[in-house]
Amino acid sequence: MRITARFIKSLAYVVSLISCLGIATQVAAATDAEIAEGKKLAFNKKLGNCLACHQIEGGNMPGNVGPPLVAMKARFPDFEKLKAQITDPTKLNPNTIMPPFGPHNILSSGQIDKIAKFVHTL
Amino acid sequence: MNKIANVLTAACLVVTPFALQATPEQDLKEFRQLFYNKFPDVPKDDFVNGVYALDPGSREQWEAFEEFPAYEIYIDKGEELFNKKFANGKGFADCFPNYKKGVKQNYPYFDSDTGKIVTMEEAINKCLTDNGEKPFKYKKGNITYVGAYLAKLSRGNKINIKVPDDPRALAHYNAGKKFFYAKRGQLNVACADCHIAYPGSKLRTNILGPALGQTTGFPVYRNKWAGKSKKGDGMGTLQRRYTGCNKQVRAKPFKAQSDTYKALEYFHTYMSNGLEINGPSTRM
Ligand code: HEC
Ligand code: HEC
Repeated sequence: MRITARFIKSLAYVVSLISCLGIATQVAAATDAEIAEGKKLAFNKKLGNCLACHQIEGGNMPGNVGPPLVAMKARFPDFEKLKAQITDPTKLNPNTIMPPFGPHNILSSGQIDKIAKFVHTL
Repeated sequence: MNKIANVLTAACLVVTPFALQATPEQDLKEFRQLFYNKFPDVPKDDFVNGVYALDPGSREQWEAFEEFPAYEIYIDKGEELFNKKFANGKGFADCFPNYKKGVKQNYPYFDSDTGKIVTMEEAINKCLTDNGEKPFKYKKGNITYVGAYLAKLSRGNKINIKVPDDPRALAHYNAGKKFFYAKRGQLNVACADCHIAYPGSKLRTNILGPALGQTTGFPVYRNKWAGKSKKGDGMGTLQRRYTGCNKQVRAKPFKAQSDTYKALEYFHTYMSNGLEINGPSTRM
């Protein structure tokens, strides 16, 4: 009995440690792989196509309908706000020309998450 | 059902006066002023040149292009088609008695007999079918050649679209207006977003042109259309352009000469009233 209890306790500890790490990678640190993928999604003409309207470092022939995406951490200290802007910009500005990527199923929430992680590095 | 219909009618009666508050004349005044304010350096007559009125770089390229315009042979083809007698001995000149003075500036117009809008393309095809001939296809080909010839003869005439004081005419006008300002397609972008809110800005490498004067140069020859297929010769009607602009925002385009596009063309062309016909023209 004692052994089992101790085993469960340590198991719970390990599990919480793992899930803690899991959460940490989800919220705070974006992995290099996610950022690289976010960049690909943002630049892809059929997916994010952000370059149609925004100048972005590393992107060729950008448009200028929207503001250049620079100093994003300073403009969006709160990552969730950045994600919200990309998911549905019409919430902030009903007349915006920027597409509602989330509600109109242009991008999945997973894709938006990666794009936001990339944009946050700019 | 009746009750619902009554409520709906009542709701419409309440809403309509507000929605229609602005008369077409007032709309037109505001519409123009917006562009005059936004582009104070552009001469007012120059809006007929679209993007090239705003961007000196592409204008230079375009002017070189217009020196030996690719549409010239299609004007000639159009003239030939126009003068070819129908099997019954009549011809297009019988349907367009004023063609030499130019007629393009009056299209599209509201026909008070039918309550419908008539575009120039429809008038061309009606002339054919009334005389027992097969109609042309809309959007490209013969219809653009005859259209180019009629536009050429109308060059310099000022667009003169009338919205008579008839609820049916106003209904077409308002439907077209609503279409122009409505968000559309998966990307959720209105004509007005691109051509009123952001003319002069770049969407990727495309500079957006102003909505004012947007209809004066049609039919047009476009490099892009010429490159599209071996059969494509680059010529297209205004409504062919609508199709393309709808597709850009992943909206399902409407049929050429559908009531929807005709209403749009009616509103859209009315907004260029007073500007000179300069079709056919070349566009990238
Ligand atoms: C069709 C044009 C267009 C496209 C495509 C577009 N945007 Fe935007 N974006 C805008 C405009 C215009 C604004 C300015 C705010 C507004 O109008 O709502 C904006 C604002 C933003 C902002 C806020 C900037 C700030 O500092 O306030 C961010 C972040 C952003 N866009 C990211 C993106 C990303 C990421 C993509 C691609 C997934 C994208 N945009 C695609 C037009 C566009
Ligand atoms: C996503 C942006 C976008 C939207 C939305 C859009 N257009 Fe365009 N449109 C363009 C671009 C880019 C061009 C090419 C440059 C130019 O001439 O403006 C163009 C060109 C045109 C032209 C040709 C102008 C000329 O001088 O030859 C017409 C006419 C036109 N658009 C009408 C419309 C109408 C009507 C709608 C709505 C049904 C619409 N557009 C929606 C981007 C757009």
